[in-house]
Amino acid sequence: MARLNTLRYGRAAVLTLTGAYFLVPLACAVAFSIGAGVPGQDIGFEAYTGILTAGGFTDSLALTLELAAATIVLVLGLLVPALITVRLAAPRLRTLVEIVCLLPLVVPAVALVAGFSAVLGWGSDHFVGTPLFQVLVELQNPQFPLVLVLAYTLMALPLAYRTLDTGLAAIDLRVLVEAARACGAPWPRTLLHVVLPNLRGALLNTAFLTLALVLGEYTVAAILGYQPFAVWILAISGSQAQMSVAVSVMGLLVTWVLLLIIATAGRARRPKETS
Amino acid sequence: MSAVQTAGGGTRTRSFSNRAGLGSASRRIPRSARWLGAAPLLVFTAVVFGVVLGTMVLGAFTTPQSAPGGARLTGANMSSSLQGPYLTALLGSVKLSAVSALIATVVGLPIAHVVVTSRFRALREAVLAGSGVLANFGGVPLAFAFVATLGNAGVLTSRFNLLSHGWSLYSFWGLTLVYLYFLVPLMVLTLTPALEGLRRQWREAAHNNGANAFRYWTHVALPVLMPSLLGGYVLLFGTAFSAYATAAAMVGSSVPLVTMQIADALSGNVLVGQGNIALALGVDMVLVAGLVMAIQLPLQRRSARWLA
Repeated sequence: MARLNTLRYGRAAVLTLTGAYFLVPLACAVAFSIGAGVPGQDIGFEAYTGILTAGGFTDSLALTLELAAATIVLVLGLLVPALITVRLAAPRLRTLVEIVCLLPLVVPAVALVAGFSAVLGWGSDHFVGTPLFQVLVELQNPQFPLVLVLAYTLMALPLAYRTLDTGLAAIDLRVLVEAARACGAPWPRTLLHVVLPNLRGALLNTAFLTLALVLGEYTVAAILGYQPFAVWILAISGSQAQMSVAVSVMGLLVTWVLLLIIATAGRARRPKETS
Repeated sequence: MSAVQTAGGGTRTRSFSNRAGLGSASRRIPRSARWLGAAPLLVFTAVVFGVVLGTMVLGAFTTPQSAPGGARLTGANMSSSLQGPYLTALLGSVKLSAVSALIATVVGLPIAHVVVTSRFRALREAVLAGSGVLANFGGVPLAFAFVATLGNAGVLTSRFNLLSHGWSLYSFWGLTLVYLYFLVPLMVLTLTPALEGLRRQWREAAHNNGANAFRYWTHVALPVLMPSLLGGYVLLFGTAFSAYATAAAMVGSSVPLVTMQIADALSGNVLVGQGNIALALGVDMVLVAGLVMAIQLPLQRRSARWLA
């Protein structure tokens, strides 16, 4: 009995310490952003109410969301046909596709951006006056830097591959396609009306995870000199410390809600699919 | 890179089993066109990844354009990336990653064990969902949460007057504390399937043979868990090694890290012409990350086999 009790106290201690470590910083961040706990400051929610009117907020958020949308489109546009092909028509390509998709894991974001900036710098030295130079300039267009979309797509590939592959493994793609084809549906219709709706969950998961990645991405954008959301937060931290923490808290909440939606949707979807 | 490893560990086993009979669906596609659907992905990665990595490796082994005599092949970049301040930064990164991954492994095991063996389903679900979120929570927001808590003007710092006790968040141990915030959940996620695979009967058998809890752990549970623990450790090491945003937002350059050195060299904060050394450092990082993967993937496969 005594042993059981020590076990129970041990458990309680582990859980309490863990909970404290993970909750205290969040609580303190919230307290800091409303001015509580900082000597000589009144409690108030100015840091939150002022976010929308803060200089650069809407621009950076709009840029981030546009980048996220473009990245999601590109990731899905590349991966979905490839994975369907691999499962239906060309199983021999499977290993190659897997390696290609997991390869970005070996290249940390900082190393990737070093490569990108080398390409951009080297290209503008060598190709002045050629069409390629125009392409490079277009890639770096400050209004909408496509180079970030390329980098984010590479960075999102491993996770997107695993999510989509798990989703594809859960449905019987071959039977679905054969049934649709046997009913006389042409290929585009089969894909659009049969395969993709069955993959809805996996597609949404991939889109959410990619969105979360782009929302929080700092390294590539900061080093290449663009100012999406995460870079903007750091830029205002010097002059408006409270607001930068407030925005971090908000961004966190949004990301958490997104990821929690995925987690709960993933659990809730299973029984429905089998019924 | 963090959640990638854990998100779909089991997908590999569900590989394509239907190779023998390509069904009628594929028979209607001409043989030559079969790989067309995969072509965009392969071409995209080959071009973008190939050009980027190729330029990086090329730059790492040549002198810069601006150097006298133009670009020539040289090993100087690589060797100077392993000398002086760059070596310090590389070792600093390795030390930080090794220490924080070790602490996260040691701390993560009891947490994961408590969670897996908990009687309360809700607790398990909540912790696992929370871990999934926290493991992805790095970067600038994490840094700011900790700066608001334990930074020089942080809530806890000013309440408990920690500065006078010599506390500084902007140090090696401060950074370790922050890294643990996403490393521990990652470890919990990695270990949970392995711990769930520990059969109750093994413990009972050990007890029947007269083993106490300590002997059970050292002779049964830990050896079975070892591939998962090692694999998790290596994964955590890799994650911490390639992290940049958190440290950049928090400590500036007070802790030497290889990611910071690369970023500084790229942004021109140091001498001109260091760009190629940044590329050499990038190659160093790719080599370390490749080594991490080479160790981790077989371990992951092995633990999956034992605990299936």
